[in-house]
Amino acid sequence: MGLLDKQFDDGNIVLTSVEGVLNWARLCSLWQMSFGLACCAIEMMAASASHNDIMRFGVLPRPSPRQCDVMIVAGTVTLKMATRVKRLYEQMAEPRYVVSMGSCSNCGGPYWEHGYHVLKGVDRVVPVDVYVPGCPPRPEALLEGWMRLQEKVRDFSLVKKNNGTA
Amino acid sequence: MEHKEIFDHLTALFPETGLEFDEDVPCIVVPPAAIRDVSLQVRDDEMLQFDFLMCLSGVDNADGTLGVVYHLHSVPLGHKLTLKVIVPADNPHLQSVERVWRTADWHEREAYDLVGMVFDGHRDLRRILNPYDWEGHPLRKDYEVPEFYNGMKVPY
Repeated sequence: MGLLDKQFDDGNIVLTSVEGVLNWARLCSLWQMSFGLACCAIEMMAASASHNDIMRFGVLPRPSPRQCDVMIVAGTVTLKMATRVKRLYEQMAEPRYVVSMGSCSNCGGPYWEHGYHVLKGVDRVVPVDVYVPGCPPRPEALLEGWMRLQEKVRDFSLVKKNNGTA
Repeated sequence: MEHKEIFDHLTALFPETGLEFDEDVPCIVVPPAAIRDVSLQVRDDEMLQFDFLMCLSGVDNADGTLGVVYHLHSVPLGHKLTLKVIVPADNPHLQSVERVWRTADWHEREAYDLVGMVFDGHRDLRRILNPYDWEGHPLRKDYEVPEFYNGMKVPY
C-alpha cells in the first residue's frame, strides 16, 4: 500500500495506516553506524560523498551504536574485531538491521582458506539482513542493498509475526 | 664499509663471541646471547654508526630453528649491515635490542606474536597483532588453525 494512494484534492488530507506512515518515516531515516573495517569502507565513504549521496535516503552516520538503526559491516571481520562487532550490535536499540558489505564480511572473501584470523562471514556472530556482494562492491551496489533494506522496513508490522526483523 | 670489513672489525672487538660470516647472503650470524652487546657496538662505534634499524624480521627456518634478521642502515655514513640470530625452536630465547633501537620495540613484539621467539630484556613483550588470549604463533610452519576461537568457528 502506497502512502499517497488515497489522496483528497482539498484540505491537505492523506489517508494511510499507522503502520504505513511509521514505516515510511523509519525507512526514510535509517541512521548508520559509522565504522569501516577495510577497503570496503572506502566504497562506503564514496557512497556517502556527493556523487552518490546516500544521505538522500535519510542516512545519517552516527558515532554511537545507541543512536543507530543500521550497522554496515564494511570489510574484513577479523576474529579480534568480531567480538567488538558483536558488542556494538548488542548496544544498538531495536529494531536494528545489519548490512554485510563485500565478500569478506559475507563469507570470508579471499581469506576463506588461509585466513587463520578471519571470521568466515559476519553472520556467524550477528544476524544479517542484506548481503551486498562484490570485492569491494561499487557504491551503486551499496545503494541497491540499502533500497532492499528499505523494502524490508516497509513490510515491517507491529502486530504480524515473522515480519523479518532481526 | 662492506660486510666483510665490518665482520673483520667486529671479530677483532669480539674475539671470544663466535661471530660467523655468511657469504651466501652477506650477513653476520651472531649468537643469541651476544646480540645486545654487538648491537650496542655497531650503533656506537665511530666507524660504523648504525643508528637506524630498518627492519627486524622473525623467520621460521623449518629445520627446527627460528631466525631473527636485523637490517641496519647508517644515516651519517650511508652503509648497510645485516645481522642474523638463529635460535632452536624448542628454546627460542635471545637478547632484546629494544633498548638499543626503540624501533625494535614493536618489531620484536610482532616477531614474538607471529613466530614465537622470546626476547629477553624486552620491557613490554606482549602480543601486538593477535588478541592477547590467542594460542600459538601463526607464522610457524607447523601451525594448525584452531577449530574455534571464543566460541566462533574458524575454518570456512
